[in-house]
Amino acid sequence: MSIEAKEEFRPKIVAFCCNWCSYAGADLAGSSRLAYPADVKIIRVPCSCRVNPMFILRAFERGADGVILCGCHPGDCHYTSGNYYARRRMTLLFSMLDFIGVENGRTRVEWVSAAEGVKFSTTMREFVDKIRSLGKNVRLEDLRCRN
Amino acid sequence: MQRIGVFVCHCGTNIAATVDVKKVVEMALAEPGVVHAEDYQYMCSEVGQEKIQNAIREKNLGGVVVCSCSPRMHETTFRNAAQKAGLNPYMVEIANIREHCSWIHKDVKEATEKAVILMRAAVAKVNLNTPLKAGESRVTKRALVIGGGIAGIQTALDIAEAGYPVDIVEKTPSIGGRMSQLDKTFPTLDCSSCILTPKMVDASAHPNITLYTYSEVEKVSGFVGDFTVDIRKKARSVDMSKCTGCGVCQEKCPSKKIPSEFNRGLSNRTAIYTPFAQAIPNVPVIDRENCIKFKTGKCGVCSKVCQAGAIDYNQKDEIITEKYGAIVVATGFDMIKLDKYDEYAYSQSKDVITSLELERIMNAAGPTSGHLERLSDGKAPKEIVFIQCVGSRCADDRGKSYCSKICCMYTAKHAMLIRDKYPDVNVTVFYIDVRTPGKNFDEFYRRAVEEYGVNYIKGQVGKVIPQPNGKLLVQGADLIDNKQILKEADMVVLAAAIEPNPDVRKIATMLTASIDTNNFLTEAHAKLRPVESPTAGIFLSGVCQGPKDIPETVSQAGAAAVKAIGLLAKDKLLTNPCTAHSDELLSNGCSQCAHVCPYGAITYEERQVNDHGIREVRRIAVVNDALCQGCGACTVTCPSGAMDLQGFSNRQIQAEVDAICL
Amino acid sequence: MQELINRAKELLADGTVARVLGWKAGDLPFNPEPAYFEKEEDFADFVYDGFCGANLSKYMIEASKLEGKTLVCLKPCDTYSFRQLMKEHRVNREKAYIIGVGCRGKLDVNKIRDLGIKGIESVQGAEIEGSDTLTFQTLYGEKTCSYADAMLERCHVCKGKEHMIYDELIGESRETKDADRFAEVEKIEAMSPEERFAYFQKELSKCIRCNACRNVCPACSCRKCVFDSNKFDSAQKANVNSFEEKMFHIIRAFHVAGRCTDCGECSRVCPQGIPLHLFNRKFIKDIDELYGEYQAGADDEERGPLTSYTVDDAEPGIVAERG
Repeated sequence: MSIEAKEEFRPKIVAFCCNWCSYAGADLAGSSRLAYPADVKIIRVPCSCRVNPMFILRAFERGADGVILCGCHPGDCHYTSGNYYARRRMTLLFSMLDFIGVENGRTRVEWVSAAEGVKFSTTMREFVDKIRSLGKNVRLEDLRCRN
Repeated sequence: MQRIGVFVCHCGTNIAATVDVKKVVEMALAEPGVVHAEDYQYMCSEVGQEKIQNAIREKNLGGVVVCSCSPRMHETTFRNAAQKAGLNPYMVEIANIREHCSWIHKDVKEATEKAVILMRAAVAKVNLNTPLKAGESRVTKRALVIGGGIAGIQTALDIAEAGYPVDIVEKTPSIGGRMSQLDKTFPTLDCSSCILTPKMVDASAHPNITLYTYSEVEKVSGFVGDFTVDIRKKARSVDMSKCTGCGVCQEKCPSKKIPSEFNRGLSNRTAIYTPFAQAIPNVPVIDRENCIKFKTGKCGVCSKVCQAGAIDYNQKDEIITEKYGAIVVATGFDMIKLDKYDEYAYSQSKDVITSLELERIMNAAGPTSGHLERLSDGKAPKEIVFIQCVGSRCADDRGKSYCSKICCMYTAKHAMLIRDKYPDVNVTVFYIDVRTPGKNFDEFYRRAVEEYGVNYIKGQVGKVIPQPNGKLLVQGADLIDNKQILKEADMVVLAAAIEPNPDVRKIATMLTASIDTNNFLTEAHAKLRPVESPTAGIFLSGVCQGPKDIPETVSQAGAAAVKAIGLLAKDKLLTNPCTAHSDELLSNGCSQCAHVCPYGAITYEERQVNDHGIREVRRIAVVNDALCQGCGACTVTCPSGAMDLQGFSNRQIQAEVDAICL
Repeated sequence: MQELINRAKELLADGTVARVLGWKAGDLPFNPEPAYFEKEEDFADFVYDGFCGANLSKYMIEASKLEGKTLVCLKPCDTYSFRQLMKEHRVNREKAYIIGVGCRGKLDVNKIRDLGIKGIESVQGAEIEGSDTLTFQTLYGEKTCSYADAMLERCHVCKGKEHMIYDELIGESRETKDADRFAEVEKIEAMSPEERFAYFQKELSKCIRCNACRNVCPACSCRKCVFDSNKFDSAQKANVNSFEEKMFHIIRAFHVAGRCTDCGECSRVCPQGIPLHLFNRKFIKDIDELYGEYQAGADDEERGPLTSYTVDDAEPGIVAERG
């Protein structure tokens, strides 16, 4: 791959955000005009505990280069305990992906409150940088999903 | 496939300056299923909404995507607009191209590309949307309050005053709770009974309040607005309608050596008894375990002396079944057991007592008629040591990790009262920190130190050793002067930690209300919904939710009442249609989903199913729509995918993923 | 074995049980298979020896629906699975009469083959009370090996000789643990990400999606697998590429995480010899390390590690931190 081609690499990043905290945090980042790369696309879910590992693997299979899950801070879940379950599930899932040799920077969980527009924006910038440095996801992609 | 309309909002220039809205419209028209697309300056305006409504009618749209600001802003607006045009409101999805796109990106090409992708994801989702309907459930206009202490009484009075019938279930023979055991109350030092008793009378006399004393909640079923509760009225052995409360039975009862629960075992009571003089109802109960008549069949003295003929040895427990719209838990607290703190010699010396025991000793109606004396020899103490945080703020598993909150203040109160009444008595308090947040609290504590000369020592006590001369040797540390302290005391008072009433776990299980590791009931939200349980229709009053003093308890009791009244004032409840649903053919009945449900919304039933010709009875998970709040925890726990969430289904979310990753 | 057969016949005859779930001799000396025995004469080919590795607890899901009680022979490790299935309301305790059968480790025919013993015609020493040496009559003459060398990997990390649940016990069990349960997982963890990727790529590319692992697994007992339903758009696809297999095996392991008793059946039945138990064991190791030691099926506590939490659980970032 040439250097130019590398520079052109625009990762595909899926961000699952819980409706109550993180989605609102992303809204705040927007209304505060706190820019982050357009590579990030947000999917709204009611709670971080709604995110099934299947969704994450599906995203990678379809060619996502990074998946980030944002939820309310532990202790602040709108549904009291959803993010605690999400935390265990994601810890185990990420550990398994790491175990089978997928670069562990491709997945991330971050707790972002509705007041943390700045954190949302910085988190997304950092995450995009990380994914750019990792390059294209080739270890989890399902090639049949490409044309 | 739905017939979808896409509406792209300019939001003035908020969106249109960065996103090429015409391009989004053009790309939308190329999406499968999209039969209409247009842009407009302000979609949320009257005119914008009309455009959507007209398109729904004219193009017979089955789904609508609005590319605009955040759904948190105008989702409801657009849903209502769609509904007015005859479309199910849940057939509307929002692509957030303002907060998540135009406002954060500068480059028009980049922002437009992203807006197109967000539009595609919304179109992909709406393709899989199904019409949803908010359900309705009725509200029984009656409340139940579990626990008849100050919290329960206050909640019941407030609900009753609002015009709703309310029942109080109290386990002991009288309402009044812990507060009735207290002598004086901080920081004003007014007499506890004097302020509590009128409220007890109000509660018993209120036409909207029914008291079930000596009763316990046995079973709870149903859900918010429609609970069915079985209450066990334990056999009192005294006919409440006949008893005049004259008290002769208690005077004559020959079984007199039973430790009084009310006086914390510091005095005795009879087998037929009312816990205290101001008890409400003023009707005694027979403690059948200690009654000679029940133990041997002989005696019957109470029956002979009762002129009203109220004694009924054949009375049986009675189960009352009642329906309620709201339930308030006000089960209160108790002191922890001190068996793990034997270094303080509580079990070895009668002169080592808890603060609650001291309350009884200081009380004019208590075991010593209010005289401060050593329980071992009746002598007046000259040197009293108070030890704070016994079992509170404890790092190991002997005690509780939390601060019991009330001990600093009641100890200052005790110290002050003792110094006031017995100026020759020296009072020393060993403390870790003195915590006095609260109106007039710090002033109160300072008065104890400055005006009453109470000796506060920052440091913990390691050991209390009973001496042969009857004194108590207190070994402690002074952390400020950094020295060891040995002090001979006549009495040691332990500020034992408080813990939720041990019955609360059983009650929480019946109510499917969640409870933390310390057995405190959990709030729906720690900051914003502090008096509600995550389980709809269950409210929290008093210390069952966390340590509190009396003013806080009363405020919270009032707040819980308001929440309950708010619920009872409704005739019907609209339920959130984005709830979980279980596919009966896929459900394993394995109970995993129920374990993670914070609302107790999932139950299981044995149901006859027809699985492609196989007819059998299976254990199937069933979601109660009135309880489910739609978090989706169950959907991920379910390995077979039987549990899915309406409005955020697996396939809908995957369609969004696919559209984004295309 | 005779004692077991006698007792089974007795319970069948006196009507305590309607059928017996055990193993019958296969077409080769080393492949007995699970079977029902309902009549006296069925017992002619009843067998219980070192090759009876199959965990019969899963069969009790279906047997629970049958009329009358089923006598089921469970080895110590199988009883964990049964108890886990009880917690999940998948088997009915009332419908089972459990005979806890003795076990001294089960044999792996692939290991025997790896020892150069092929063309096996008969085996001596595999009996339940047999010797420490296995003697094989093969096409190439008599061969021997030690019993321990021929044991399944899972028996070297045996959970113990105690039965977790039973109505009666027949036969002695022996501790066979002589290896560290997590050693293999640790070996892989120590590799570089590239090496790990290459390792699993190689192993998983052998998968032919025969579903044997899924069918044998007592935890993988969904009425309908999510990979066979339309709930996720994840219905089975043809085996044309590698990722699909990763998705299947990761999700399968995830779905049984906290419920898997580590019975090792998945690896035992895999016709391609993929060490599938490594996925489950990786989860078990993580769970033990992060949330406290947990053995599915060892108690009646209904909540597993993935259906409970503590407020100060590790953050998912720990995966990246520990490298």
